[in-house]
Amino acid sequence: MNMTHLDFEKPIAELEAKIDELRRVGTDTELNLIEEIDKLDAKSRELTKSIFSSLTSQQVVKMARHPLRPYALDYIERIFTDFDELHGDRHFSNGAVIVGGIARFNNQPVMVIGQQKGRTTKEKVQRNFGMPRPEDFRKALRLMQLAERFQIPIFTFIDTPGAYPGIDAEERNQSEAIARNLFEMSTLRTPIICTVIGEGSSGGALAIGVGDRVLMLQYSIYAVISPEGCASILWKSADKAEEAAEAMGVTPDRLFKLGLIDEIIPEPLGGAHRDIDAMSETLKTVLARQLKQLQSMSIDKLVEQRYQRLMAIGKR
Amino acid sequence: MSWFKKLLPSKIETATGGKKGVPEGIWSKCNKCSATLYRAELERNLNVCPKCGFHERLTGRTRLAIFLDEGSHEELASDVGPIDYLKFRDTKKYKDRIAAAQKKTGEKEALIVMAGTLKQMPVVACSFDFDFIGGSMSSAVGERFVHGVHTAIERKIPFICFSSSGGARMQESVISLMQMSKTSAALARLSAAKLPYFSILLDPTTGGVSASLATLGDVIIAEPEALIGFTGPRVIEQTVREKLPEGFQRSEFLLEHGAIDMIVDRRQMRDTVGRLIAKLTHQPQPIDDQNNEIRQ
Repeated sequence: MNMTHLDFEKPIAELEAKIDELRRVGTDTELNLIEEIDKLDAKSRELTKSIFSSLTSQQVVKMARHPLRPYALDYIERIFTDFDELHGDRHFSNGAVIVGGIARFNNQPVMVIGQQKGRTTKEKVQRNFGMPRPEDFRKALRLMQLAERFQIPIFTFIDTPGAYPGIDAEERNQSEAIARNLFEMSTLRTPIICTVIGEGSSGGALAIGVGDRVLMLQYSIYAVISPEGCASILWKSADKAEEAAEAMGVTPDRLFKLGLIDEIIPEPLGGAHRDIDAMSETLKTVLARQLKQLQSMSIDKLVEQRYQRLMAIGKR
Repeated sequence: MSWFKKLLPSKIETATGGKKGVPEGIWSKCNKCSATLYRAELERNLNVCPKCGFHERLTGRTRLAIFLDEGSHEELASDVGPIDYLKFRDTKKYKDRIAAAQKKTGEKEALIVMAGTLKQMPVVACSFDFDFIGGSMSSAVGERFVHGVHTAIERKIPFICFSSSGGARMQESVISLMQMSKTSAALARLSAAKLPYFSILLDPTTGGVSASLATLGDVIIAEPEALIGFTGPRVIEQTVREKLPEGFQRSEFLLEHGAIDMIVDRRQMRDTVGRLIAKLTHQPQPIDDQNNEIRQ
């Protein structure tokens, strides 16, 4: 059994394994199994639909962290062309978690910024498990300010378990790096579209998450703290992560109902990792539509609307 | 017992009755040096231990009372109270936690905002109350904060915030997370209006408050030995699995690493902030306080 299947994906995986086996048998022998295979295929789709139609919060959390989940660069290479990566915060180092650069989006120059997780163990370590340090946030801000100067729209892709909780990060003022981004992003005179593609956890996510539009993929999450962190503080036990995920309302549908996000982007049946190309195509279409709306506004109006949008959160 | 008894003023003797031990409210023990202190004297000293200089925590309301000029207070946004958007429940209902915090502190929320004067200069000042759910930032706290900032912008006066908070309030999840961007955006407007923002960091200031409004001051001041950082020391220790260096994330550590402008003793806070505001806003130098008696 493939280790990259989540527990609730197992029945689907088992069925798919059976179909694969039948296909192999079918080519080896004279037997005509096409009808049988088609039946099982349909059954597999129905099963997937039924399982994915009622995921719990904790299951969505697992999807957002799925080992096969597409990461920022997977989308960047499919949605944008002519991507030139730029490096460095100009003070301390490059920052290996946040990637950014200038690219073209439907031929239009844009700034792309994303939090990148690693796939293999080596990459995971190199990408610090997706946990940005101050230099990551400062690099992102530098690139966003560059985009502002040349009137280039900004796309950010959020996918982080949180800002890095380490000694060196504190020494270089993690708090200030995050706060400065929130402060500056609120007034940047260029459109900003933020998309949560996987995990959106705490200030580390928000630090590239202040924009004119905040979008979420169907099986992504957004929360003030990871469910495990919340559980260990409020329940005094990380085992209560499931309850914490439910209580915090981490899923896109709950956040949309609260008016905190603008749009939920549907994923292919079974999740984005099942068909990265299709997911990228959907995402690209949504981004294009949202950008067009934002670019039809004057910059003054855009920035004022962004401010009012922030002020409206929790307004009495 | 008898010779000591004779030394005490008779009214104290009456107050202690025949009870054993240190009587509540009259004597107090320093949390750091364990010195036994006369409560009234400690309060005259703004709850700073006269023996070792340890700064005891204050309530948000007392903080503003000892900071602003006497009788100058006008509370802002006091009607803005907490909302349980998520119907959140952990081992307790959020609603019940709010009720307990309100009963314990006598406050409606974890931030108190006041317009007043400092050395006759009009200012808006606010203070977190750590006793109210760890001074956590809820939507009400964010709303009160931006109300204060907007008042400062309207009246063209400086803004001051005393922070003491564990971070964003988990029970309001993304709504409280986004108060970080809301408060930061309001401060960007204050900055664009060329009005000074003084951020004063108290023990402890961590998490979402540290990573937003608290570190955005034009001038950042900390009280001595306050714990200040993004991630709390316990979580860092669990992550890096090593002992943290001595004094890590304390005010003195932050000063050394360039994160704050200065460390100021509570008893000099009025004088220091007053002097700085006067210079930044081109006003004559205010007169230093003659003594540090509590004003309320």
